[in-house]
Amino acid sequence: MNMIVTPASPATPNGTTRPQVRIVIVGHVDHGKSTLVGRLLHETGSLPDGKLEMLKAVSARRGMPFEWSFLLDALQTERDQGITIDTTQIRFRTNSRDIVLIDAPGHAEFLRNMITGASQADGAVLIIDALEGVRDQTRRHGYLLHLLGVKQVAVVVNKMDRVDFSAERFKAISDEISAHLQGLGVKPTAVIPISARDGDGVAERTDRIDWYKGPTVVEALDRLEPARPLEALALRLPVQAIYKFDDRRIVAGRIESGSLVAGDEIVIMPAGKIARIKTVESWPVTPVAGRQGAGRSVGITLDRELFLERGDIIAHTNSAPRETRRLRARIFWLHDKPLAKGDQFLVRCGPKESRATVVAIEKAVDPGELSSVENKAIGRNHVGEIDISLSNPIATDPYTENPRTGRLVIEVSGRIAGGGLVLSVDAGQRALPVDIVPVESALRPDERSARYRHNGAVVWLTGLPASGKSTLAKALERRLFSNGGSPILLDGDTLRAGLNSDLGFSAADRSENIRRLAEVATHLARNGHIAIVAAVSPAREDRATARRIADTAFREIHVATPAEICEERDPKGHYKKARAGTLASFTGIGNDYETPQAAELVIDTSTRTVAEAADEIERMLKTTGVLFDELVDLAANI
Amino acid sequence: MHLLKDNSTAGGLSSPALAERVPAQEFSADLAPSMDHLDQLEAQSIYIFREAFGRLKKIALLWSLGKDSNVMIWLARKAFFGRLPFPALHVDTGKKFPEMYRFRDHYGKEWDLDLRVEPCPPIDAVDPTLPPAARSAARKTEGLKMALAKYGFDGLIAGIRRDEEATRAKERVFSPRGLEGNWDVRDQPPEFWDHFNASPPQGAHLRIHPILHWTESDIWAYTKRENIPIIPLYLSQNGKRYRSLGDQDITNPVASNASTIDEILIELEQTKVPERSGRALDHETEDAFERLRVAGYL
Repeated sequence: MNMIVTPASPATPNGTTRPQVRIVIVGHVDHGKSTLVGRLLHETGSLPDGKLEMLKAVSARRGMPFEWSFLLDALQTERDQGITIDTTQIRFRTNSRDIVLIDAPGHAEFLRNMITGASQADGAVLIIDALEGVRDQTRRHGYLLHLLGVKQVAVVVNKMDRVDFSAERFKAISDEISAHLQGLGVKPTAVIPISARDGDGVAERTDRIDWYKGPTVVEALDRLEPARPLEALALRLPVQAIYKFDDRRIVAGRIESGSLVAGDEIVIMPAGKIARIKTVESWPVTPVAGRQGAGRSVGITLDRELFLERGDIIAHTNSAPRETRRLRARIFWLHDKPLAKGDQFLVRCGPKESRATVVAIEKAVDPGELSSVENKAIGRNHVGEIDISLSNPIATDPYTENPRTGRLVIEVSGRIAGGGLVLSVDAGQRALPVDIVPVESALRPDERSARYRHNGAVVWLTGLPASGKSTLAKALERRLFSNGGSPILLDGDTLRAGLNSDLGFSAADRSENIRRLAEVATHLARNGHIAIVAAVSPAREDRATARRIADTAFREIHVATPAEICEERDPKGHYKKARAGTLASFTGIGNDYETPQAAELVIDTSTRTVAEAADEIERMLKTTGVLFDELVDLAANI
Repeated sequence: MHLLKDNSTAGGLSSPALAERVPAQEFSADLAPSMDHLDQLEAQSIYIFREAFGRLKKIALLWSLGKDSNVMIWLARKAFFGRLPFPALHVDTGKKFPEMYRFRDHYGKEWDLDLRVEPCPPIDAVDPTLPPAARSAARKTEGLKMALAKYGFDGLIAGIRRDEEATRAKERVFSPRGLEGNWDVRDQPPEFWDHFNASPPQGAHLRIHPILHWTESDIWAYTKRENIPIIPLYLSQNGKRYRSLGDQDITNPVASNASTIDEILIELEQTKVPERSGRALDHETEDAFERLRVAGYL
């Protein structure tokens, strides 16, 4: 019989060639999932000695008939309730597969647990009660399997003993569910008549189902294909962290797809910066030679110092992911409060996170009905298609191109509230970074710094309205110019009058405003000027974006004048208008200014003069290598 | 195999492979070497370690000195290129085997761990309605709470595995604990696609389980492959060995002739006796283990 546990051949899993397949068993509550699992474990000889006897004894003690499902319901709380309450992972073996079974429960309120289980599955078994037939939950689970991208689905029609093993009844159910699944683009790998309680069809085609010629459940599991190799896809290495424990600057992450090797030219998205992999670091032996493929958690060093951060994606230059601020996703929603247009949440795509806003709800579906409900909101346990606008650009792929980087989760108040697949992305400005070849300047950086006696920099003044940013910016501009330098003032409001005149004051527009400021300032800095930016820039994330763009040239100054004093000054009359309610989206009187945590300098203009503040900035620019202290230093720099 | 032998002096021990930089070897193949089962487990655990370190503020690794937590330390050093960048916390019941204390003192130094040994309260301080062995084990829970209060950790890394015990199979990788350190099995946050809920409520903490997906056989196969030191009590002497090491008074050896890791692996392939069968507390009443876990036991 093909269900006995494979005898002890190689004693270790080391070097094993048996493919591992993760499966989930889903279906309506009470249709017999736990019973089937208990029976499968028994039939494949996977139960610990004495477990069955122990549970039979427990049942007897409680005066209940023994049920196969007791094997799974190991928690007392579950037995009290009579339902399985969470995802459990169980392992067993068929002839040629190691099966990891994720038991998914059936109660609708435990849907999120089912999704947790099914999201890891290579294949699924959908169970239907022969007496009750296809129910809402059967359809809903079928739809969710499709949604989660589980393509291999075997259907079992259970409790055939209750319908006298009627071939007609079986055919009716088989036709109905096959039509439903095919409507979703899923062709069932098998539809199997069984009695989990008695064992028919689980491992053996018994006489009672002699009219059935297809595979048993165990045979169907044995035919499941493991997930297709991710290594064949384009390289995606999301940056999990940057470590500097010693003299190495190690970029750490897990290769989600593709492969890499030292010497590869890579691009860091979404910034689009290009570098080469210098080494692949490891422990205890380092560096390691050879190619590293999908699934490995690696650490690499690069051939140049670039500003990288958690969430960036490293790819090969000829196959970079698309950078986007807007995408469409098919999502499932788990939160109590329905998701509506205009709602804001946090999107996580691998280690990358971004604030996001629902721009449109294209579809809202109750998976049980499979009919679109009202398009205004997606309720708990419902699914839908939504357009999302992101405050930070992210690099992602449609899930059809990359199942790993093409999925995202949604977080509300620090808790996972939903998840989904990326259907399409609106390519951003830098969709094809390698096709852009900027014309290089005729001048070398050291020619410029020799003249100006400073390096290029972006001096970013952030703070509440009327905190003194513009005053300080102008004082600094005058002073640097007097010393022979080349300062250029970029005031937020000035740019809004021209370059940014298409932008309003929504969160997304503010982010874009900051991004453009940072890009212009960075271009100036790269050409040796000191760009002085005065902008409220209240969002920490936006300033992080600016820092990423300007990279090592970025110097952040937090003008930390107390809020009361700013409001008292109010030179433009904005505070007054905001208090009167005639100025919307005004930063200052709410709590919407996110204080910088690692500014290069913090200045309170209420406790010092403008000249003193300018002195401090000058000192900071000297100690951080922007201004040259002495002529001697200049010589050393040439 | 690295064993910490009884009464050995530190100088007499060979140290496991230390971080050393060796020149890259010539390598011409175009394909990455395929990952075997242990490689996959290792990569997943490293990912979890890096998430925990990056997303929480103050974490520690619970070092029970057993085979599982030694594998955890090894994996953490892989994740962080040779070092453990957070403390190793040993909540000490004072009743471990002498071999375990020797192991701790030796490898705590050799691995350059930031070792914090914290005591447990006396047995009188523990819920008297628990059966005797469970009550004894519950001391550890109390010791853990005291250590948490002392250091203010927001994350504790623990070496539990899904295959060990039915209630542990229900665990999440990032598992929130209430203010009292308790576990609410019915209100667990969803966790999928390796996205972990890393925001414990104010004052509460997270348990992080980097080897939740490993099995007992995986632990031994990996210990052998990586040459990770073990306490010799795991190997058979006079027909008995320990499969699981806890306090001396509530842990019993099992009948076994396995005196090498290879023999242990063969034994595990054949046995159907549960791993924790030598742990008295698991067998007192059906729900003793679950009650302990709900109260914050590992």
